[in-house]
This record gives sequence, structure tokens and C-alpha cells, in this order.
Amino acid sequence: MFPATYEYLRAGSIDEAVAALAEDPDETRILAGGQSLIPMMKLRFAYPERLVDINGLHELAYVRRENGHVAVGALARHADIVASDDVTGAVASAAPWVADPLVRNRGTLVGSVAHCDPEGDWNSVLLATGATVVAQGPNGRREIDITDFIVGLFENSLDEGEMVVEVRIPVPSGPSGGVYNKLERKIGDYATVGVATHLELADDGTIAAAGIGLTSVVPYATKVTEAEEMLVGQMPTEELFADAASATAAASNPHTDVRGTEKWKRNIVDVYTRRGLASALDQAHASEPTTGSTA
Amino acid sequence: MTDLTTSTAVTVTMTVNGVEHSSELDPRTLLVDHIRTGLGLTGTHIGCDTTSCGVCTVLLDGKPIKACTMFAVMADGAEIMTVEGLKQNGELHPVQAAFKEKHGLQCGYCTPAMMLVGAALLEENDDPGDDEVRWAISGNLCRCTGYMNIVESIQEAGAQMRAGSNGVEADDMELQDEQTDADRPKEATMQEVAE
Amino acid sequence: MTAIEDQPELDTTPDVGGIGHAIKRQEDDRLIVGQGTYLDDVVLPGMLHMSILRAPMAHAKLISIDASAAEAMDGVVAVVTGELMAQHDLAWMPTLSGDTQAVLVTDKVRFQGQEVAAVIATDPYIAADALEYINVEYEQLPAITTPQQAIEDDAVMIRDEKEGQTDNRVYHWESGDAEATDAAFEAADRIVTLETHYPRSHPSPLETCGAVADVDPVTGQATIYVTSQAPHAHRTLFAMVAGLPEHKIRIISPADLGGGFGNKVPIYPGYVVATAASLLIGKPVKWVESRSDNLISTGFARDYHMKGELAVTDEGKILGLRVNMLSDQGAFFADAQPTKFKAGLFHVVTGSYDYPAAHVVCDGAYTNKAPGGVAYRCSFRITEASFLIERLVHNAAFEVGMDPAEFRLKNFIQPEQFPYTTPTGFVYDSGDYPTALRKAMDHVGYEALREEQRQAREDGRLLGIGVAHFTEAVGAGPSKDYDIAGIKMFDSAELRVHPTGKAVLKVGVKTQGQGHETTFAQIVASELGIPATDVKVVHGDTDNTPYGLGTYASRSTPVGGAATAVVARKLADKARKIAAHLLEAAEGDIELSNGQFNVAGSPDRTVSIQDVSLAAYTDLPEGMEPGLEGVHYYDPPNLTYPYGSYIVVVEVDLDTGEWTVDRMVALDDCGVRINPMIVEGQIHGGLTEGYAMSSMQWITFDEDGNCIGSNYMDYMIPTAWETPKFELLETVVPSPHHPIGAKGVGESPTVGSPAAFVNAVIDAVQHLGVTNIDMPVMPHRVWEAIDAAQSAG
Repeated sequence: MFPATYEYLRAGSIDEAVAALAEDPDETRILAGGQSLIPMMKLRFAYPERLVDINGLHELAYVRRENGHVAVGALARHADIVASDDVTGAVASAAPWVADPLVRNRGTLVGSVAHCDPEGDWNSVLLATGATVVAQGPNGRREIDITDFIVGLFENSLDEGEMVVEVRIPVPSGPSGGVYNKLERKIGDYATVGVATHLELADDGTIAAAGIGLTSVVPYATKVTEAEEMLVGQMPTEELFADAASATAAASNPHTDVRGTEKWKRNIVDVYTRRGLASALDQAHASEPTTGSTA
Repeated sequence: MTDLTTSTAVTVTMTVNGVEHSSELDPRTLLVDHIRTGLGLTGTHIGCDTTSCGVCTVLLDGKPIKACTMFAVMADGAEIMTVEGLKQNGELHPVQAAFKEKHGLQCGYCTPAMMLVGAALLEENDDPGDDEVRWAISGNLCRCTGYMNIVESIQEAGAQMRAGSNGVEADDMELQDEQTDADRPKEATMQEVAE
Repeated sequence: MTAIEDQPELDTTPDVGGIGHAIKRQEDDRLIVGQGTYLDDVVLPGMLHMSILRAPMAHAKLISIDASAAEAMDGVVAVVTGELMAQHDLAWMPTLSGDTQAVLVTDKVRFQGQEVAAVIATDPYIAADALEYINVEYEQLPAITTPQQAIEDDAVMIRDEKEGQTDNRVYHWESGDAEATDAAFEAADRIVTLETHYPRSHPSPLETCGAVADVDPVTGQATIYVTSQAPHAHRTLFAMVAGLPEHKIRIISPADLGGGFGNKVPIYPGYVVATAASLLIGKPVKWVESRSDNLISTGFARDYHMKGELAVTDEGKILGLRVNMLSDQGAFFADAQPTKFKAGLFHVVTGSYDYPAAHVVCDGAYTNKAPGGVAYRCSFRITEASFLIERLVHNAAFEVGMDPAEFRLKNFIQPEQFPYTTPTGFVYDSGDYPTALRKAMDHVGYEALREEQRQAREDGRLLGIGVAHFTEAVGAGPSKDYDIAGIKMFDSAELRVHPTGKAVLKVGVKTQGQGHETTFAQIVASELGIPATDVKVVHGDTDNTPYGLGTYASRSTPVGGAATAVVARKLADKARKIAAHLLEAAEGDIELSNGQFNVAGSPDRTVSIQDVSLAAYTDLPEGMEPGLEGVHYYDPPNLTYPYGSYIVVVEVDLDTGEWTVDRMVALDDCGVRINPMIVEGQIHGGLTEGYAMSSMQWITFDEDGNCIGSNYMDYMIPTAWETPKFELLETVVPSPHHPIGAKGVGESPTVGSPAAFVNAVIDAVQHLGVTNIDMPVMPHRVWEAIDAAQSAG
């Protein structure tokens, strides 16, 4: 498998990369990890005329906590997320299940997010955790809410000449938890079903915030707001989680294929949501500062 | 139909197994092809089209990566180790000796990759459990061995390293890494899905 | 012949390292330093590169090909089309099953991925570019994607070019006794029926197929490096196909093959086109498949639609078996199997049980899918047969209310019945099935597990215990019954001992990772006492090895290994004469043990095999021909019949259908084990592929014939993370007719384990009303089966 020819540019700065993008936005792609782009080029599904390699911008290889969120730079590899002590909940849970260990050493979270593959793991996790995307373009930087960023199948809302330079995942102030439950046939497989769940608790034990994101069983990564709204303000119970899981399953739109039937996939969404919410709650309880008074 | 004309060659300099190589390359040249054809190091293999099988694994700045899914130009300035670099000063790396000792190979096609992943894992953790080894090699396929002896081989190499085998000094494997300091792999949370 | 718990006594010391010693592999020394030589490592001066254009759809008329734009590209040397091949009478080639197969399309595309044209260029990247500049016009036709569709009366004809072909049927083949079987069914208390599809799978060795063809236009010498499990057979077929004189064809299957598993037995169009291109251009041409090339076009395996009926009594005694099988052959009948056996050795479907009657009916049909039908880690379609009987027996036990292990013990062929003639005419050579199964049961703690299963059910957990006991037939010949494309299935060994006591063994078989360079040397070590490390094994180069049929169907040890033992014995006979001469004793008084010849009763009067080797060139008895060498062609008197008892424990998640393997216990009896370490390694690998097929690995097609599973994103090969851990056991019942009592083992675990895994999952959910789930047993199938059973009440 041999990719077609392209023009190679090595960016010395973000500004240089953005300038190169602006010259010919339709035919220029940013090359970071390349773990999705290069396979597509090898299979000749993609023929970018020009690639801008940002692998020299080591200053973008960060995962760090600042200003109440975890900032992930455009060169942070999936393995960096796995190794980071700064990420928690659904993000920490998802990281080890992205692709395989070797791909995680190259592929980047930011690249995956920008790619908007409906079967990619990160976007549903970011939807559940309420992340923000930072884009830089000819007109400078702007923040885009992840819900506004994902607009379709392999489609994001970046303007011409913009690139994603950072993703910000909020760090909840109170007790919180989250998981990513992924059903895959084997390591390295795309999710047949992926459910990201995220819960934050108020002081009285009610649910202060909830996030549920779906992978693969929707046309593109989707946040299940109706189920989230059912949860917020309520005391967590098994029945409540079951109702939210049913609503999530109802909101999913799976198709029968070699990986499973529509009916079964919907069932998996239900089961994984229920289990995910229970795990998230366990985490939240475990993350509460122990005052010694709670039994 | 995109025009497929030849593009401008790019100068690429990389250190492979301790030797610096400069080459003029078509930017589309995959790292694995440069290593095999350009440098004549045929111990790195090719097995699939989809970044799935891992038989093309090399160590890039000490970390195992799939050389089929990286352009050679992206490795400019990088330190690469292939299977040919495991043996140093005439001494087999403990992982090489262990693969023979524990029958960790049959057809040998995935073996260079498995040994490199094993060597990189042992740099971080020279006493890995069964699941830790299986997790580390889960980006690498084998069709012959059923993995059990591969796992045992890597664990045996760790035992030899702990016992101070005369193989490679740990420092020799420590390839400089200027990318990030956040990359000390910690043990992946192997929480089973949906428990 | 009864089972013995351990290997026979060792006849050599560890430094000699003969049969029974787990010596380390000789081939590893080059492989662990990255110095193996695989096909893609072959580089010849001036070599060109070939890539193949493949059809995008499954069934279509070829209207036109315009390659002018591709031919005009810098670096493109030639574009080869079917038309060009036809001019040289090479557009079609014979298959191993006596059918014909298109080399490049001339009239019609018959499966997605079929070879349409080939580009020859100076660089593989340019060759890939040029494919995009070939314009092909097709007229699409309806695709036939199942054999059931294929045999409908109004089905579109796939092989309309074939003389005398009037429909999509390939063969009809029967075995056994229909009348006796009908009578057995009349007498039965109940009939247990199972319909199952053993899905299409692919051996998919990690090294794809490829060739480097180097034809000298002046001398006509054709040296063809090819990923071949059967280099000699390939040479003869090349001579027949291409009309090249056979003495000028040299097939070299490189020192190292990155796995084969049956995939590298056939001759593929790419080999033929590369050879033709080299002949026409006068330069070496290299062709290496991409993974999708390999998965979409080369020898698939399985794809049998099977209906089995077992006649049983209420007490659980089997009376008879009836099987109807419909095989999906793809567009060309290209099975790699003996001429007389259209459905391979499928009639071994009677299994390990003693009952009087069986009748097996097999039909094959053409479909718009890739051709093949190779025996993927299996002896000529035995895997399908073994799977069917073991699934049937499991269900029969359930229906009569018996434990599946107990049911088997009740019906087993007993040790004293060997050699045992089956209702379909096989003669099983030796075995002790009850001992094997009981040993596996004891090891796994069978009774306690059944109790645990009952407890788990009460707690709402689904535990399943799957049993399978398979009998495999391996090691073809005998040549009176078995041939490939007319070439009799024997095998050969040539042994030459040099003056300093070092030996070169040349064999007709070809390793793909099985470790022949080590194990065959061990056979010589046992027979002559030359240390195994002093024996070099040569294989794969037809100019330098005696004729053999190749390595597949677990035949290397049963046939090639036998030839090695026999030729070594011939040399030992001569060596005894020389030793008698050196020791000034009567030949009849000479004893050979562990490389030392001594005079009976005088242990101090000895000479070594090394002394004798030197004497063979320096100090011979009067009138003896110099040298110490020989060749032997071994034609086995029968197949060998390895067998095994497998027990798998799984847990099924009722909510999702996901299942995990808690334990996998595999007892194998492959007769005498030459190198126990290598045997166990083979078993690990085979069990893994069995697990793969039972759980995830398959190739399927949509209704238009588009292949789903043509790359490793869609074709699921388990990683170390999913693969279970195995517990291995053994018994050793030697083959009575094999020179060293060995039977062959590489395929046994792949043959035996799928039924064990599937039986385990069924066992977990059978009480819920589930009687069958086809492979691969994916979570959704489990969940849907439970759902359907519960809906049915």
C-alpha cells in the first residue's frame, strides 16, 4: 500500500502552519500523529496535495491542568493521556481503549477530535465531559464548544484556514466520576458501541451535572441531552439510571451490520449506559473528601 | 483524478541503530519502506495495509511505533532502533536470547516487532505480569504462537535483566526523548469494560 | 495399543539431542537478529515491481480496458492485460482441483477483487500510481452470493465459458451406505438434527503471498522465488501451465516463510503474471501482495453449509449419521485437495465414535466469490467435518439428558478396536480415546465444574463447559489414494554425511515456521547419533532437494519425517558394515547407540559415527561403494490419526451476549513427539486460530458480493489480549505404521477447538432453549439467540 505524492511542509510554528493552511485550505491537511490520515492515504481514500507537519512543534505536546480545566495540546499523544495524572473520569477511562498501544504512541487526541470519525472514541467522551475546542486561524484564536464543533460525519465547524491547537476538558469542582464503556471485537477495533458517561454530584448528593455521549451508534458523536436532563437535579437511584439508559438507547440510531443487529446494539447502549452511570456514581462517591461522618 | 506527479525530494536525517543516515526522499516514502529498501534493514517487516498488525514496529525515540504509518520525513532528527540494533557489542539483548529459550517464535515474521515492544516495556517495568505483557503487545499480531510463549519470553528477559544479565546495559536502550516529559507510561488502567 | 502417559524412553543424550529432546530451534539464530530471508527480502539487480488491478464488483462483463495513460507514465514499463496473456495462451490456468481459473480477466469478472490487469514499473509506488490510470469499463451482472442461490434453476450462470457446464454445480459426491443408514434411522428412538454454516475464513499468514520471477530470455532459465508451501508441485504445474521446460524451472521458496496455514499451497494468478512479465520484459519482476490483495483473492477456507442428523437411542447410543453438505466454492473450483476427494476428507465426519452406518452427501456450487477452499490449518476439509460431528454429539447428549462427556465415553471407539474401519472407509491406525478424555476431565476437575455450573445458574450467572473429542486424518498419501493434480502424494529425504561426521539433510517438504530445521535434524540424531546441531536441513529450493509434495495437511512429520527416518536407517546399515570393518568384528555383533558403535558384549570396543563417517571416505571394507549418503521416497501405507480431548469453560454475560474463556484444556495425542517444545508451540498456535474462528474471524459478503473482511480492520485476528491461556496435556499412542510412531500435530488444535468453544457457549445457554449459534459466535448472536428462544417460550 503506497500513498500518492504530496507536497511536504514542516511547520516551524503554529503561525506558519496556519499560514500554510490559509494558502490552499481545500488541499492542505495538518499532519500530527497521522494515524488516521496516513492509512487513508495508503488506501488511496485521501489525496491531500499538501501536508503541513506540526510534529516539530514540541511546545504543543502537553497535558496539563490550568484555570479549572485540563488542557491537551495538539501534539499530545493518546499515550500521554494514558500516562497523565491530570486526567480523570471518562477521559482517563477512555484513553487506554483508543486504538492499540503503538498507535497511541503516535496518534493525538486533538487529531482524533478534528477528524470527527463517528467511530472514534474521543468525541463522545468530550461531549459527556463538556469540553471546549481551541482553534487558531488567520483571525487568531477562538474557543468552540464541542457540541458546536462536531457538525457531521467527518465534519467539524472549523473555518477555512483554521486548525485545532488545544482541547480543554473542565475539571469538576465537586465529587465527580465518569467512564467510557466500549464494546469492541478486539483491541485495535473501532467501537461497535461506545458510551461515555459523566456525573457530578451536588453537596446534597443529587446529580449536579450529567453527560452522556455516544460512539458508533449515531451518525456522528452525539450528546444525549434528554437523558442528561432526566438525571440532573435527581437523587441517583438504580431506577433513575435505568430510565436514563432507556432514553439513551432510544436516542441511539444503530444499524445492523456484521458487528451486530440494531436491536442488540440498542440493548448494549442501554446496558452500558446503566453500568456506566453506576460506575460514575461509585467514582464520585469515592472522590468525595471523607469527613468521617458518612457511612 | 488527482495528478500524481513526482514531488520535490526532502532531505531527511535520522539515526538508525546508532548510525546517522541522510537521504533525499520523496515525502510519500513510508518509514518502513525507507528502512527496508533505502537502508537495507529487512528485519522490519510489512504485514497489512491498515496499521493493524504491527510487524513493522520500530522504536522511535525509545517508543514502539508502527513504521508503516509514518512518513520517513516525519522521522527527521529522530533516533530509531530496529531489530538489527538490539544486539550490541556482540551480545544478544536479553529479549532475543529469551525468545529462543522460551520458543517465543515460529515463523519469525512478527518476532522483531514483538522483541522491540518487549524491550521497550522492560525498560519501564522489568517485572511485568502476564496481563501487562499482553496489554503491551496488543497492537501486534501473531498467527503462529498463540502468544503464550511470547509473553513468557518477555517475562524471562525481564528476569534476566533483573539478575543483571550481561546483555545490553539499560543505558544503551535509553534513547533521548525530546518530545515530552509526560510520557513515562504508567500502567494502563485495565479496568474491564462495563464492570 | 494403549496410552502411555509419557514419551518413550529417550534414545540419545542431550548433547546428541534426538527424538524427545526439547532442544532449542536452529532457525531462531537468524530470526531473532532480523536476518531471516522472506520473499520481500529478495532483491535482484534490475528488478521491476508489479501491482495488480482488481475488479471492484463481483460479477460483470468486461467491456474494455484502456491502459494507454498508465503505459505513458514515467517509470511504467508495461501493463499486462488478459488479452496479452491470451495471446500467449496464459489467460487461464488449471487449478489444483482440475478446474480452470482466470489468470487475468478476458471475458467476465467473477468475484470482487479478481485480477484484471497488472502494471510493471520501476518502483512499487509508481506501480500503485499507474493502477489509477487504467480505465476499465464493466457491465455489471447480478451476483450470486450463496450456494443455495447458485443451485436455483433460474440462477445466472457464473461459468458460462466452461465447456459442458450447464449450471452452477461443481460436483456431487457421496460416501458411506445410504441403505444401512436408512435402516439405522428407522431403528432410532430419536433423530438429532443440526444445521450450521461453517463460515468462510482465511488463513491470512502475516506474510502475504508474493513472487520474484527471474526469467533469462537467452537461456530460458526461469528462477522463481515464490511463497510456496509446495515448491516441487509448483515447479511441475508451472511447466504444465507456462509450457516452460521443467529442467529450466527452479522454484525457490525462500528460507523463511512468514506462515502459510494452507494459504501458500495454490498457484495464484500473480505468480503466473509476474513470470510471464519477466519472460516478456527480460528483467526480474517482483510482486508482493498487499493484505487486501491477500484477503480478497487468495485461497479462502471452510464455507460449508452442513446439515447433520444423528440417529440415537434413548440410552444415548449412536446408531447412524446422515450428512448433507453444500459447499460454497467461489468462482473457480480451486480447492487444494486430493483428486479423488471432491469434498476433501469430509467423510471423516463420523468422528471418534463406534457406530455401524453413515451416509454423507456433498455438493459444491460456484458463487461470485474468491476461489480457493484451501485446508486452513486442517487436513483437506477435516475441520468442518470434525466441527459438525462434535456439535451434533453435544446436542444429542443434551436431548437424551446425558452429560456430553459421558455420552462420548459411551460411544467411543475402544482401544482394542484399532485399527478401526469407519462407516465411510477410513482405517484409524491407533488410539485410546477414553483415557484421553478422562485425563482431560480429571485435569479440569470436571465434576466440580458441573457443580459450580449449577451453583452459578442459581446465582444468575451463565457458566458453560464445552467438550470436544476430535479425530483427525493427516499425512497423505498413501499414493494409491491421494494425489494433487495427478502427482502422487509421497515425500522424500536425501541424507549426506560428510567425512568429518557432519550431515546435510535435504527434504521435499517446506517449513513455514514449524521448525523443520530442528525436528528433522533430531530424527537423524536419533537414528545415527550425529548431534542434531551437526545436521543442516535444506528445503525449499527445487534444484537442491528431492521431489516432495509439500507441507500442508500436517504431512511433514508423517511423510517427510518418515522418509528422513528411513533414509537415516539405510545409512545406519552401511555404517554398521563400516564399523564392523573398523572393529574387526562380525556385522551382526555391531550395536549402535547414541552415535557409538560397539561390539555386543564388549562395551569398550567402540567407534563413533564420526569415525565411521571418515572411514566411509578413507578406509572402507573391500569392494564397498565410497561415501555415506542416500535418498528415500516414502509412500505411507496409511494416513495417521492424531486425536485430542478438549474442554473449555466459558462465562456468558446474559445482558450483552459477551463471553469470556475461563479455561481451555487441550489434551493432544499426536503419537511420538519429536520435540515436545515445538509440539506445544504448534498446539498453542492452532488453539488460537480455533478460538479466532469460533469467536470473531470470518469473511462475509453483502448481497452484491462485496467482500466484508478484506483487511485487518474488518477481518478480526485476535491479539494477545483476547486470546485465552491454554493448559496442555498429552497421551502418547504411537502410530503403528510410522517409522518413528509420530502422527503430525500442527492442525489438530485448529480442527478440534472450534467445537469445544462453541459447545461451551451453547452449554451455558442451552437450558434457555438455545440449541445452535453459528460461528463466529459473536456477542450479538448469543444475545439474539437467547432473545429468540425466550420469545418462543
